[in-house]
Order: sequence, then C-alpha cells, then structure tokens
Amino acid sequence: MPTDLGTGLPPHCTALPRAASRPIPQIPEENSMTITDYSPAAPATPQAPPTPAQSGLRESATFDRATIADIQRAASTGIYDIRGWGAKRRLPHFDDLLFLGASMSRYPLEGYRERCNTAVVLGDRHASKPLHLDIPITIAGMSFGALSGQAKEALGTGASAVGTSTTTGDGGMTSEERGHSKTLVYQYLPSRYGMNPDDLRRADAIEVVLGQGAKPGGGGMLLGQKITERVAAMRTLPVGIDQRSACRHPDWTGPDDLEIKIGELREITDWEKPVYVKVGASRPYYDTALAVKSGADVVVVDGMQGGTAATQQVFIENVGIPTLAAIPEAVRALRDLGMHRKVQLIVSGGIRTGADVAKAMALGADAVAIGTAALIALGDNDPRYQAEYEALGSTAGFYDDFQDGRDPAGISTQDPALSSRLDPVEGGRRIANYLRVLTMEAQTIARACGKSDLRHLEPDDLVALTVEAAAMAKVPLAGTTWIPGAPSSTGVVV
Amino acid sequence: MTAVVQSTAVADPTGTVRGTGPVTATSTATVVDLAATSVRELNAALHDQADPTRNWIITHPAGRHNIAVGIDRDVTLRVDGHVGYFFAGMHQKGEVTVHGNAGQGLAENIMSGRVHVTGDASQSAAATGHGGLVVVEGNASARCGISMKGVDIVVGGNVGHMSAFMAQAGRMVVCGDAGENLGDSVYEARLYVRGQVASLGSDCVEKPMRQEHLAELAELLVSAGRDEDPADFRRYGSARTLYHFHSDNADAY
Repeated sequence: MPTDLGTGLPPHCTALPRAASRPIPQIPEENSMTITDYSPAAPATPQAPPTPAQSGLRESATFDRATIADIQRAASTGIYDIRGWGAKRRLPHFDDLLFLGASMSRYPLEGYRERCNTAVVLGDRHASKPLHLDIPITIAGMSFGALSGQAKEALGTGASAVGTSTTTGDGGMTSEERGHSKTLVYQYLPSRYGMNPDDLRRADAIEVVLGQGAKPGGGGMLLGQKITERVAAMRTLPVGIDQRSACRHPDWTGPDDLEIKIGELREITDWEKPVYVKVGASRPYYDTALAVKSGADVVVVDGMQGGTAATQQVFIENVGIPTLAAIPEAVRALRDLGMHRKVQLIVSGGIRTGADVAKAMALGADAVAIGTAALIALGDNDPRYQAEYEALGSTAGFYDDFQDGRDPAGISTQDPALSSRLDPVEGGRRIANYLRVLTMEAQTIARACGKSDLRHLEPDDLVALTVEAAAMAKVPLAGTTWIPGAPSSTGVVV
Repeated sequence: MTAVVQSTAVADPTGTVRGTGPVTATSTATVVDLAATSVRELNAALHDQADPTRNWIITHPAGRHNIAVGIDRDVTLRVDGHVGYFFAGMHQKGEVTVHGNAGQGLAENIMSGRVHVTGDASQSAAATGHGGLVVVEGNASARCGISMKGVDIVVGGNVGHMSAFMAQAGRMVVCGDAGENLGDSVYEARLYVRGQVASLGSDCVEKPMRQEHLAELAELLVSAGRDEDPADFRRYGSARTLYHFHSDNADAY
C-alpha cells in the first residue's frame, strides 16, 4: 500500500511536525488509506460511514446541533419549547469542589465505627411543633398532577421509611399523600390551587413558595393532557385546558406584606407549624434577608439546576444562578443577621450524591431537598423503556417532556395505564434506598473530615478546582489560599 | 384570655361605622376589646372548638391585621371599627361583619360562610376564595376577586383595575363601576357589572344576560341585602380563546 508509515498519512498529504517525544501511532495495514487502488477482486469489507470529524466536518460551537434543532422547531411550530427537568447546560457545580480529608492538621473519625449525627431540627424559631428529621435530606415540592398518584405515594413511603419529609405542590394535598407521608410540608403557592385551611392544619409545616430554581419569577404551563378530571377538580379548572400557573401571589406584593401574610398563616394554625419561605436562586442575599425579616422559620433556596414540571426551555436555561453560587450568599445573609442555624437553610437544585449533600452542608446549609434525583431513583428515564422513549422522539437519559403526560415510566403522567406501571411499594423501597445511600455517603465524607455531625462540616473542609467555583463558593482554589474576591491578609480584595 | 367579658347587655358599636350591616346587637355575646386583648388570644379563642360561645363582638380593632382568621365553627362575629390585612382569612364557617373598612386581602381564600364589610375594602378582596359570600357595601380596590375559585362577591360600589384577574370560578357582582382590565384571563367565573367598565382584559367579553343569569343575579343581590334591579347589569365572562396556549394568541399575552 502506498502509504507513508512514518507519518501514518497518505503520500499526497503533508505531515505536520510532531514533538519528538510523542510516540507515532502505527496504523494497521487494513485501515490504511489509498487514493488509487486498482487491485482486483479484493473482497470488500463493510466500512462504517465516516464520522463528521473523519470527514473533516466541524460543528459550530454557536450553532450546535441542539441549537439548530431548536431554531428548526421554532420556525416550524411558532411556539417556544416547553419541557420539564431543569437546566441542562454545564454550570459551576458541586463537582468543582473537593473535600480536604483529615491527615495531620485534622483528626478523622472511624468510617465504619464512630457515629456521625444526621438528625436535624427545622423550624424552631417560632413554631411550637418544629420538624425533627432523622436525615437532612428532604423531598422537594412536586405536585400531584405533575406526578402520578403512584409516584407521590412512593415518595411518601420512601421518605417516611428513613424519617424525612415530603412536600406537596401546585395541586394541593391529596388524602393519599397525607396518608403516606409521615412528615408533610404543605406548599402555599401563588396559584393557590386546592388551597384549603383543613389541609393547612393537617400539614406538619407550611412552605410559602415565592420562586423555583428552574424559573425564578416565572409561572408554569401544564398542558391540557395532564388536566384530567381529578386534577381539574383539585385546581378548579376545566378538564383538558392548558393550565397557566401564576408567577406571583395574588394578595401581597412585597416583604412587608409577606410578614403579615406569614402572620395570618401562623394565626390560622395557632403558631404550631414551621413556616418555610422558598425562593428561586437569583438574588439570594437579599431574598434570604427579606425572608428572615418576614418571619420565616426556614429559608429554602432552590438553585438553577432545580427541576420543573413544565416551563419554557429558554427560561430554564437562562434565568437564575447556580446552586453553588447561591449557598454562600444565603449563608452570608443569615450570618449578617445573626440568624445562621437559628433560621435553617434548605438548599436544593441538582443534588445527586452524598458528596453533593455534604458540600451543600459544608457551605452552610442545614439540609437539602431533592427533586429530579428522586424521580430518577423512582425509575425516571429508565433504559427498560428505551423503545417507548424513542417512540416519543427521545431516548433514555434524555426524556424531559414531563408536561405532555406520556411518561413511559408512569411518573410524570396522569394516564391510568402508564401510571399503573409504577409500583408504589417498590418505588418507595427505591426512594428509601437512595436516601440511605445519600446519607451514608455524606457521613463517610464527614467522618473523613473529622466531623461527628453533618452540620459540623464547614467551608474550611473544601477547596475549589476552578477559579469560578472558588469565587462562587468562597473557598480557596485547591493548592492555594486564594479566594477570588476575598480580602487578602493586607485587606486588599484580590 | 383575661380580657374577654361575658356580657348580657351589649353596648352600642363604637368607632366609625358606615352603612347598615346585617348584624344587630345580640342579647348575649362575648365582647373582646382588642385594646386590651391580643389578636393571638382572640384567634385562639375563636379556634377553640370546645368553646360554646356563638356570638362575638370585637371592639377597638384599630386596623390590626389577621383578625378572625381561620374561623371553622358556626359563630356570628361583629367587629366595631376598621380591620387591617387579611381579615377573616380562609373563613370556613359562620358570619362575620365589619362595621368599618377592611385592609388588603379581605377574606383571602374564603372557603364558605359569609364575610360582610359595611365600608370599603382595600386591594385583593376575596382573593382565591373557594366558596362562601363576601359582601363589601362600599368600594373594593384593585384586583378584587383575583384568582377566585368559587367564591361569590358582591360589591356595592366600584372595583379597581385587574379585578377578577385569572378568576377561575364563582360570581362577582359590581353595583358600581369596574376599573381597567376587568376579568383578564378569566376562566369560568361569571361577572356582573351595573355601571361602567373601563376596559376588559384579555379573553374577557360581554355575554348575553339570559333568564338564568337574571335569576342568579337576583339571588346574589338579595343574599347581600341589596335592592338593585338585575336588569340594570351586564354580564362578562371568558371568550375561552386562551384556554389552549398557541402563538397565534401572542398579542393577548
């Protein structure tokens, strides 16, 4: 074969200079290229078509294939894309932080012997009945309507099995949900769908929702397929219409009003229930400070990686700030007010592993909430439904059309046939398993840092892998003492 | 609650009183003076299902917030004077009357029963109410009946802008005028206005007054203690063109 084996290139190509130390790959004979090969009767070996890269094609970083598809879809339909899930773009996240396990300067605890407390009390600022949770990992608000009844039941049984709470959502509280959740947080949402003082009194805590990480400042759009008879009745809507959720509360307009509103909720429930205030992460310092001023017992900050049932994709990907950037600002607000650990902080948005839990707590959170990860643990995007995901124009691992009600896994649907696929008992077992794993993983890391309580983790236990993460998390870049934006020992901001 | 006084001869109402409310002085009542008793003590007493008191009179409210919220038993409660925000919030049972004005969020999320204000109400009156009847003899401000979900509202005077915004169900009767963008994005609520409507919001249209609507309106007016002629009213409701999201409707959003 007329190939220059010294460069691995056909003779008509000009070899680029290589570094002398770099080994020259030897291309096997059968893969060598030729321009003119007249040898007769050589049996043809089936060849895979060349990849775009092999063909010399270059994808635009600006107009990548997803962007091209978005433009084509917009031009074809005239409607922006609405989907579930959260932000899919790569963001500074907990992966950009590392723990400093103990060596000499810190003293570790025995990983499999010494106890590491995971219990947490939430809402003991004003409420006569604060929540006592066995683990600091809670289930975030997800509505019946967005999720099937089976999914809500599984979340309730799973969370209850490990001593933590679940949260209602935009559709109000179902009797099944109350029955399966030992500790249930009742969301008080702008839409007030299904809002009922009896349910308020049946709840263990009240969460006043001002925003969501996936869409701070935005309402929702649940397409009519999911507005079944029961969902419509709970929300006082005609069956089958596209539900437009409100983005703001109808009867108060600012923090001074909110303080009175929280007072009303406390009065109705005789000051028994903790009142949370949930904000989508965008201005976490001021939002946290104003939530505290308004009387919140617990502040919930939901970062940009937080999920949603149905919102405009452009909103999901372009509004809000990453969870990593939000936590230190929320903690700073609490510290400035002298309320850190007095008003508890729950962080959500992209929590996946025990390491994420431990990192959020090291940055100052008292607990975390999981949403999307819980759905995945239930069976969301399970490869066993691959063929059906493909029939819906998606594939396992990519399915995000929670709004259309055709979820093959039976989770984000109101279709009885589909939702019956989800066994709530098995789902509950999976949720409990997942929560236990998260807890054990977080404990493992905490012990390595010498901590006998997850809440003893601190920013000093962390370093950042990137300058961006160091600046956002306000921890040093690994191997340095440099925290971008922090005053140096001379008082100069570096 | 030390300041509650059992009374057999109720004093005349004190404070500024406008109009004539349906509640008259009863022969026996528990009088709570909010100058001497906290709102917390009052609400705790009202929530006490074991308390046999049926008639309550509240004096010196002085515009305090969150008075009489979460009532869930069959009581008759009269307030002599003005109340602040969220008066009678999430009201479930009984009849409450304010002889005075009410602040923002009157009867927020009312479920059933009756809330009556003889004076004016501030913005967001009866917001998100699921049932029951809210009567405002004077004017109501902006966003009256916002996101209403089944409540009936009768306003003797005018309502402000964006009233019945996103109203899902229930009936609103305005004996005076309505401000701008009445019924914007209304779902299935029915709106009756006697006076002028400054403008209608998106997807809100005037609809014919059929016999059933005249009968319904007459019943609502009588329930509210009013004597207007139903024939003088016009009906408004949803055109239902925005029930499904489509970019052809982009100019309505």
